[in-house]
This record gives sequence, structure tokens and C-alpha cells, in this order.
Amino acid sequence: MLAYRALGLGPALRQAALNPRNVARNPALRNLVARRFVQTESLPPSAAQAILNKQRLLRPSSPHFTIYQPQLTWLGSIANRVTGAGFSVLLYGYALAYLVAPETFSSANVVELIASLPEAVKYAGKVILAAPFAFHSLNGLRHLGWDMGRFLTLKGAYSSGYAVLGATAVSTIALVLL
Amino acid sequence: MQSLVATRSSALKHTVRGFASSAARGQATPLQKPVLNKEFKIYRWNPDEPSKKPTLQSYTIDLNQCGPMILDALIKIKNEIDPTLTFRRSCREGICGSCAMNINGQNTLACLCRIDRNASKDTKIYPLPHMYIVKDLVPDLTQFYKQYKSIEPYLQNDNPPADREFLQSQEDRKKLDGMYECILCACCSTSCPSYWWNQDEYLGPATLMAAYRWMADSRDTYKTHRMEKMQNELSLYRCHTIFNCARTCPKGLNPAAAIAKMKLELASE
Repeated sequence: MLAYRALGLGPALRQAALNPRNVARNPALRNLVARRFVQTESLPPSAAQAILNKQRLLRPSSPHFTIYQPQLTWLGSIANRVTGAGFSVLLYGYALAYLVAPETFSSANVVELIASLPEAVKYAGKVILAAPFAFHSLNGLRHLGWDMGRFLTLKGAYSSGYAVLGATAVSTIALVLL
Repeated sequence: MQSLVATRSSALKHTVRGFASSAARGQATPLQKPVLNKEFKIYRWNPDEPSKKPTLQSYTIDLNQCGPMILDALIKIKNEIDPTLTFRRSCREGICGSCAMNINGQNTLACLCRIDRNASKDTKIYPLPHMYIVKDLVPDLTQFYKQYKSIEPYLQNDNPPADREFLQSQEDRKKLDGMYECILCACCSTSCPSYWWNQDEYLGPATLMAAYRWMADSRDTYKTHRMEKMQNELSLYRCHTIFNCARTCPKGLNPAAAIAKMKLELASE
């Protein structure tokens, strides 16, 4: 097809193929010409909206977070939300559990349970709690800064982001060694 | 006479040829650039076959026979390999905002984005994220434009000066710098996770920056009216200061800062 177009043969070939003499001789071609290549249908202008709406229902939604480049900006935001939600679940979960079974979840029992765990598990548990806690608190300060109109440039957002990550690492170690 | 002509032509035969017709000149060949094939993976979806899921189609082109920008590659593919590839483009110089798309995971204008010449890595091109797709790289921007319209993006002042144009101090004019340059390409809005999840009600960074551009304009007297429209949970406050918008803006603008300033003004009103 492209080659025909490049050589300018398109019109010539079409003319030859649809020449009345050839068409009369060839029943297949006769059919083609009678049917036309493109079928059109007359519709009132008011039908446009209905057609558009029908098309819209079939449209796919383009991919988003699966293809978006991982960046400190939105990953930091998601981490803030996940850590916040995690701690809420922990707080409400423990409080409700205490309401249901005050004996099992009493402070004495919890202390005893944790004391009986091996050292490695204790440290791992501390890191799992301390890191999100430090990140969420420090990132909260960053958000307060933004809401007061501080570090609102892109550079400010990045440097404060790295500062929060660094401070999180330091305070996680400090909290674990407590 | 005859003998004279003969001697002259034999003399000519033995003269040295000029440079223009020399053998060395005849052999000069145009500089041959080496072939540098690079793979482009492009999101395809055809509305004529709606049941077929969107796919990534792979095209390989020679970068040494192509312009430097992603848009050049797209046009080359459309011209030479696959005329059915569909995308928007117009100015090819970053002022119309038509060719906004997601290139290697970042929203930007194809005409301002250089092709990475590292041929061992492919380049992935998707349409703007979390938008309904009309075809291939063409998203449906109806909602985006409706939202822009909803913030009344024009000067509103009931008492225009009678005898002359509006005057504005240089400081007041400076407040609009960094906002009025927006070309509404939708790169920022479609990079915003809040906009992904709440597109129906959250206005998105592009529209919000336009809204603040009119709030900040000293000539506009409808500031309170404009601010009242933002006083609800979703229009403005779905912004969680993520900064994806400022990170991705191909014009180097900062919608996140404009939105933060708007929030501050609303709070201290």
C-alpha cells in the first residue's frame, strides 16, 4: 500500500480496477462497486451525544501508579498515609481488644509475653514499630511547615524529604537502642 | 588548420585534470551515520475493537535517522511504520500542550522530551495516567476542561475604571508570574494521586493554580466569591501537598505552592 502511494500508482490502479469494462466482466468487482467501500448512515445531529456516551462507556482508563516513575514526592506521601493508617489500626485494635478481654491484654500480660520472646524478635519488633513512628512524626512536622508556607519550592520539598528520611534513620536507631 | 587542431587536442589530453573533475573528488561520499536502533514501547488501544485490551506495541527506529525529541520519534513511526498510531500534537515547541503524555514514567510534553540515546534501554510511552482513553495516546480531557471552566477563569470586576484600562503596580503584577504561564497540558493534574482517586470532585493542580491566579490578581474583585467556592472538603482540600505536580510540570511551574498559599489565605481569612 505504502509502495503504491510512494510511486503514485494508487489512482491508476483504482481506475484500472474500477474500469466499467472490467467491472462488467467480473461479478466480484461488480458486487464491490455496488456495495461501496464505506457504509454511511444518515443520523440527526441529536444522535451525536448518544453515540459519544456509548463510546465513553467502553473507554479504558489509562494505567497510573503501576507505570508512574517512583519519586520521593508521592512515595513519601503514600508512606505517610500507610504508617498513619497502620498506627490507627494498632491503637484502635488494641483498645478494642482490651475492651473485649481486659485480662489477656492487661499491661502485665503484655510485658510478660514480650519478655519471653527471643532477643532477635524483640529488636525486629522494635524496628518495625520505631521506623514508621519516627517517619510519620517527622513527616508530620514537614507537613506543618508546608501549611505555614515553608519550603514550598520543588527543591525545598526534596531537601526536606531527604532530611526527614535521614532523621527517621537516626531516630529509629535511637529508639531501638533505648 | 587540421594539424593544428590535432596537436591542441593531444596537448589537452596530457594536461593535469582540475580538482573539480579529479578522481579524489569523485570518490567523496556523504557521511554515513551508523545505525542506532532503539525500541519504543507504545500504549495502544483501538476504539473500533473495544473488547481487545490495551497493549504495549513495540517499534524499533534508527535514532540517527530521526530528530532528537520523543515527538520526532512518534511522527517518524506514524509516517514510516504504522499510520494507525494516534496522538495529539501541534506546535512542536512546548507552547500548545497537545502532546502531553507519560514518557518513561513521567508526564511531560513529547516535544520537549529528548530521546534517551542509550539504545540498550527501551522507551515506554503511555497516555496521561488515569484518564479515559479515546484512542492510543489520546486521553479524554472533557472533565479537565469542565473543571477549568468551573473556576471562572477570567477577570471579574463590577467597577471597571471608566476612562482607562485597569492599572496594576509592578509588585501586584509580579504575583502572577509563575502562574499565568500555564498552558493547561494536564501533565500536573494527571500526575497527582489525589486527582487519580477523586477526579470527579477534586479540581486538580492545574485548575487550582488557575483559580489562585485570579484570586491573586489585584484587578479582580471577586476574590471572596472565588474563595467561597473552595470551602468544601473536596474541591481544594484533597490536595495533600504531594508535589508530583511541581515535579512533572514541563513549564517548570509550581502548582503545589500556589495551592498551599491558597489554603493559607483561606485559613487566615
